[in-house]
Amino acid sequence: MFTVIGIMFAGIAVGYLLRRVTLLQQIGRPISYTILLLLFLLGTVVGANREIVDNLTSLGGQALLIAVAGTMGSLVAAWMVYRCFFQERSRDER
Amino acid sequence: MKGSLLVVACFVLGCLLGWTGWLPTFLQEHDLSVYVLYLLMFQVGLSIGSDSKLKQILRSLRPKLLLVPLATIMGTLTFTALVSVLLSRWGVFDCLAVGSGFAYYSLSSILITQLKEPTLGAQLAAELGTIALIANILRELIALLGAPLFVRYFGRLAPICVGGATTMDTTLPIITRYCGNELVFVSIFHGILVDFSVPFLVSFFCSLG
Repeated sequence: MFTVIGIMFAGIAVGYLLRRVTLLQQIGRPISYTILLLLFLLGTVVGANREIVDNLTSLGGQALLIAVAGTMGSLVAAWMVYRCFFQERSRDER
Repeated sequence: MKGSLLVVACFVLGCLLGWTGWLPTFLQEHDLSVYVLYLLMFQVGLSIGSDSKLKQILRSLRPKLLLVPLATIMGTLTFTALVSVLLSRWGVFDCLAVGSGFAYYSLSSILITQLKEPTLGAQLAAELGTIALIANILRELIALLGAPLFVRYFGRLAPICVGGATTMDTTLPIITRYCGNELVFVSIFHGILVDFSVPFLVSFFCSLG
């Protein structure tokens, strides 16, 4: 698992050294192509897997549960941080 | 939004080809996804390192702003851990690995599929990866569609925290629209930090489960 993070850091170092190269500023486009390719490959693995295909609704339900939980947690934490640390200050600034 | 649809389309196309078996034998025999993942991580690093706004963003920061990504991470992980009780099929750390995708669906699903294979086996790892993909796509959709509601009931930081790792790109336009332009740097800074935390947290929870 450290390979993945190590490669990212290598990318950061190379990107920083080559930051004057204007071509690098357009890196967003190749990134989205790589993501599409990866998801296509992931799709081929998932689609070839009968057990996953047969249970797609159940997997989707579990995914929805986790997505909603994460959203609710973020909302509550965002509200607390906003109330305690940001609201007063923005009033003072006005 | 258009980007998310394209992603879903690519995934569905892959599913269909895998399902029908209309794939070149080369693709069936060799798992290329690891190498493509390496390529993706290198590109992500390149984009962070070469970002001309990086220094400017780092300079405009006050320590207080760290509370925003912290709220996202703590809030998400706490509630995901709570809900994992309902998902008897998976352990709490498996659910936390899915939750710590923070809407970064591509990276989290692939990382989970790869990293969980040794411990869960290929079958369950692919299932958990699929859950991660769907859960994090849903989270991005919720962030895009719910932003106006979240601002109204939970304050101006709420859409940023819900957006997770996407608040520096895909959800940034929506956030600036509903939270105001002065939060644009907070949103970008939050996105970069949460984005950065995804590979660490996902690998961490995968290694615990």
